[in-house]
Amino acid sequence: MDFHILSWLIWLPVLGMMAILLIPNRFTNTIKITAAVATGIQLILAVVLWFAFDRTTGSFQFTEYAQWIPSFNIFYFLGIDGLSMPMVLLTALLMFISVFVSWKTDKMVKGYFALLLLLDTGMMGVFTALDFFLFYVFWEVMLLPMYFLIGLWGGPKREYAAIKFFLYTLFGSVLILIAILALYFNCGYTFNMVELAEIAPTVLSGVVWWGMSAIKVIWILLFIGFAIKVPIFPFHTWLPLVHVEAPTAISVILAGILLKMGLYGLFRVNYAMLPEAVWWFAGALALLGLVNIIWGGLCALAQKDLKRLVAYSSINHLGFALVGMAAVVAAGVMNGNNLMSAQAGMNGAVFQMFNHGTISAMLFILVGVIYDRAHHRNIAGFGGLATRMPIYAGLTMVAFFAGLGLPSMSGFVSEAMCLIGGFSVFRMIVVLSMLGILLNATYFLRAYQKIFFGKLNKKYSDLPEINGRELFTVIPLALITLLFGVYPAPFLNVIKETVNVLIEQVVTLGGSTGLF
Amino acid sequence: MIIASLIILILPLLAFVIQIFFGQRLPRKGDFVSIFAVLITLGVALGMLVSILMLNDSQFMREAAFTWLNLGAFKIELGFLIDNITVVMLVVVALISTMSHIYSIKYMDKDPLYHRYFAYLGLFTFSMNGIVLANNLVSLYIFWELVGLSSYLLIGFWFQKDTAADAGKKAFLANRVGDLGFFIGIMLFFTAVGSFNYSDVFAGVASGSIHGTLLTLAGLGLFCGAIGKSAQVPLHIWLPDAMEGPTPVSALIHAATMVAAGVYMLVRLFPILTPDVLTVIAYIGGFTALFAATIAITQNDIKRVLAYSTLSQLGYMVMAIGTGAYTAGFFHLVTHAMFKASLFYGAGSVIHAMHHALHKLKDHTIDPQDMRNMGGFKTRMPFTYWTMVICTLAISGIPFFSGFLSKDAILAGTLAFANHSPQHLLIPFFGFAAALITPFYMLRLIFMTFHRGSKFPKVYRQIKESPREMTIPMVILSGLTLFLFYTLPQINPFFDTGWWFTNLIVARDTVVTGFEIITAHEIMVSMHHNHLAAMLLSVALAGLGILFSWLMYLRKKLSPQVWAKRSGFLYRLSFNKYYIDEIYERFIYKPLLKLTERVGYIDWDIYDQRFIDGFGRVTDKLARVSGELDWEGLDKMIVNGIGRQFQRAGQSLRQIQTGRLQNYLLFALLGIIIILILQVI
Repeated sequence: MDFHILSWLIWLPVLGMMAILLIPNRFTNTIKITAAVATGIQLILAVVLWFAFDRTTGSFQFTEYAQWIPSFNIFYFLGIDGLSMPMVLLTALLMFISVFVSWKTDKMVKGYFALLLLLDTGMMGVFTALDFFLFYVFWEVMLLPMYFLIGLWGGPKREYAAIKFFLYTLFGSVLILIAILALYFNCGYTFNMVELAEIAPTVLSGVVWWGMSAIKVIWILLFIGFAIKVPIFPFHTWLPLVHVEAPTAISVILAGILLKMGLYGLFRVNYAMLPEAVWWFAGALALLGLVNIIWGGLCALAQKDLKRLVAYSSINHLGFALVGMAAVVAAGVMNGNNLMSAQAGMNGAVFQMFNHGTISAMLFILVGVIYDRAHHRNIAGFGGLATRMPIYAGLTMVAFFAGLGLPSMSGFVSEAMCLIGGFSVFRMIVVLSMLGILLNATYFLRAYQKIFFGKLNKKYSDLPEINGRELFTVIPLALITLLFGVYPAPFLNVIKETVNVLIEQVVTLGGSTGLF
Repeated sequence: MIIASLIILILPLLAFVIQIFFGQRLPRKGDFVSIFAVLITLGVALGMLVSILMLNDSQFMREAAFTWLNLGAFKIELGFLIDNITVVMLVVVALISTMSHIYSIKYMDKDPLYHRYFAYLGLFTFSMNGIVLANNLVSLYIFWELVGLSSYLLIGFWFQKDTAADAGKKAFLANRVGDLGFFIGIMLFFTAVGSFNYSDVFAGVASGSIHGTLLTLAGLGLFCGAIGKSAQVPLHIWLPDAMEGPTPVSALIHAATMVAAGVYMLVRLFPILTPDVLTVIAYIGGFTALFAATIAITQNDIKRVLAYSTLSQLGYMVMAIGTGAYTAGFFHLVTHAMFKASLFYGAGSVIHAMHHALHKLKDHTIDPQDMRNMGGFKTRMPFTYWTMVICTLAISGIPFFSGFLSKDAILAGTLAFANHSPQHLLIPFFGFAAALITPFYMLRLIFMTFHRGSKFPKVYRQIKESPREMTIPMVILSGLTLFLFYTLPQINPFFDTGWWFTNLIVARDTVVTGFEIITAHEIMVSMHHNHLAAMLLSVALAGLGILFSWLMYLRKKLSPQVWAKRSGFLYRLSFNKYYIDEIYERFIYKPLLKLTERVGYIDWDIYDQRFIDGFGRVTDKLARVSGELDWEGLDKMIVNGIGRQFQRAGQSLRQIQTGRLQNYLLFALLGIIIILILQVI
């Protein structure tokens, strides 16, 4: 019974890391295989967890609870609900894939894979921790390996990129830490996130600091902290730089998992603990979503570097999730108790998080494939590759069309849900953000045409086709994208109860008379 | 019925999957798989047609659905809606798809991506059937975009050609523009009604959950989708370019079925369109009908003439819906599918022959699609010639052909519409003017291609009739332009009572409330009154058009060159398609690209590099200044006076002040933690 599956998920990579550190440097293959085994077992555990997960409840499951630092009331408290379950699966999947994406790494192999696994632990920890202190520790644990992975294994401007990434995120972390402590001191010295979600809304209600409601102050601190991770305009400029400089696997992890932490944090902390402020901020959130969509789309269209284009497309895609999140206020009385729209938007946002994870990972892997062969990513520098690499061209088409939200791909379902949800409350914002869908199609199709269509560029007449290892990294993602695009119910069934709880939390504790 | 339509839906998808993954390794590159699949769907569809004919129930309807996703309150059910309109449309799609498959065997013969071509055809057939069968707005939208995908793939099938790749992209994007409106329309209906299902939406409109301006806006949104897909002005620009695709594709997708999807959707959703929406629809459709026709008269590319003709005919259908004669519009959709597909096959046959001739002569300078390079092919390609002539007569609205029946009904509808609301006199004017021009440019095509002498006798001598795989579809479809196939059991085409078609496809009354509504019955009665007038006028105009064409291009009594010069500016406008493409390029596309470049510049070069990094630089400077102060001020001046203790402290301080921002932040962090911990203790 007491298998402690979550602890295994978190600490397995650390075990792998220790094993790797013991292996002498020259056995590079053994190191890689060890990393693959560690992440592989982790993936199996995550899949088992996915099927064992109870879909009928919105509360936490597989919880583990132990004392850690009793004098500060800090516990080793883990648990997952419908919000963290998909993120855990996504993390395990992308980490396993990333190991294979990094297979050709030949520089300081040992250090690279050790850091990769440490990063894995940090991310798993963030998604499963229910103690705020633990959460923060894992949050910071992620930062360091990421800094080195970019700074040591990155492109020509890697140091600049690493420092920029580090400073940006550290700045955010500080704000989050302040907010965590503010909650801790004001809500009875507890770091227990489940308790905080129950206590904080009532305790903080009406408290005023420096002429501003405490809830709003904390909300803003947290929001900026998380917004940097998403990233939300105007905190987004580290993203394209870091993506361009980071090695492929790190881009995959960054776009696929790390960016989700911002949104995850908004749901887990802002929404659950400060529901009152949701009502105050929802309009701004939707507006920021719109800005992300349009600004990201316009920037993506201007890019000449394929990886930068994909990076900006992330900004564009996550904007939809923000619009969907904001739709939660549709469930309130003042918006006509439109529970339907709130559910569409909120579930759509969570779904979009997952879909962006798989789709952007796919996109970055494919960019890496061509970069490994041609040693550049200049969109205009290719031409006619479909003639030479039909399988690669086909897969890229799948990924691009997934990115531009073609129906039958999962991205369409989630984007549509976000928009439908938002539409009942933020009509104008949603109508304008539809333009983002057009921009989306424009930049993907333009890039696709330039790279794959037309006459084959003579320089690339002997470019090798995508190989087996690379196919192995892309195809699972493509299949998931298709599966959930054709039939999204298996995914939505996992998250919907938790999302309902969250909606209820926001509605009943958020000051608007409830529905439930 | 449900099982049958499931088979129709799934088989082409299976063919697609098989072809994409295994096509290359199969014998004959697997074309038989696809052809077998569509032949079965044709058989099943015909079976369905027979069964509704036996039932002969104008109210026949079957529905089936399953829950796609269910979040508690938010729920989407997808399913099929099968009524007479569905079945007729399924037959049309299956028939033309089968014909295109067979035709392609020889037409695409030597293409290296032969298997993939058939795969895409399968994907298209699947998605098109999905549109036809949908019982809700979500499936409709899903398949709507999927036909867009297959259209993109097939237009750009010869992707090595830049023009083809451009055309594919243009088609997809133009459609997306329309789809934005479409999606907004869907959302408006959903937020008001709470369901995507057609019948729920209809009930919601009937009960007034959505009404007035909002309903009009929602209807206009839906119509935007149709403007994109059915290539109405102002989004018509993609269709002529789509002719870059292989000709059987043009026949199937860009003439007979996909472009008619917009019309089909409006027919399906007609009862929820408000009178205001209908008026807009009528004007856009009518304008497109005339506008495209005026371009068709000056084009020299044989496929482009047909493309503009398709635009014009689609305009007719859309206009018919706007005037309330939507069954006439649907009728025209069916008849047009037959004769226009056949016309495209004919054009493909000519191009195929030209290609072969030019290939033999090793001549790459002559454009094989330019009608000025043709002439006199009549004797060389008798099958192609006669089938094209028959279809030309049909499209021109000559009695005893299908086009006469449907066009006549549409024109009667416009007259009826103008009778009810005389301020809309323009609508019948659009209709009749197009009826005059259509025969003119269609016969111009026939005369330039098949009559008179050839400009290049060498080429002419190499021209051969196309193989059977290509002529048979032409013969079958041109045979289906005979009136009899539509008017049975009534033998006389001049009586429009008792045709199987009009028996099965009966206009439904609108469910919209709160507007001044003309009922379906009133429209029918009014159409009957205007029937004779419409018939006589349209036949007279068609005769006039034919006469002009004959005088100009066969008898040479009137010189096209002289007329072109005489009309000067108007000629240039028509020849250059009213410069619409150039206008879009100049005023929308280019400025957009410029805007994106500017935004990209602001985002990175200004905002990030100047502003964000500015923080870094400022802190860096501050750190250095304080470091200097520390060293110069604290250390050198005071320490010298006080002693080594302080000197050591100063030095270590300086080491801390490394000028690195992250260190500062780390210390800040540490400081906060320490302070807070102290507070607790």
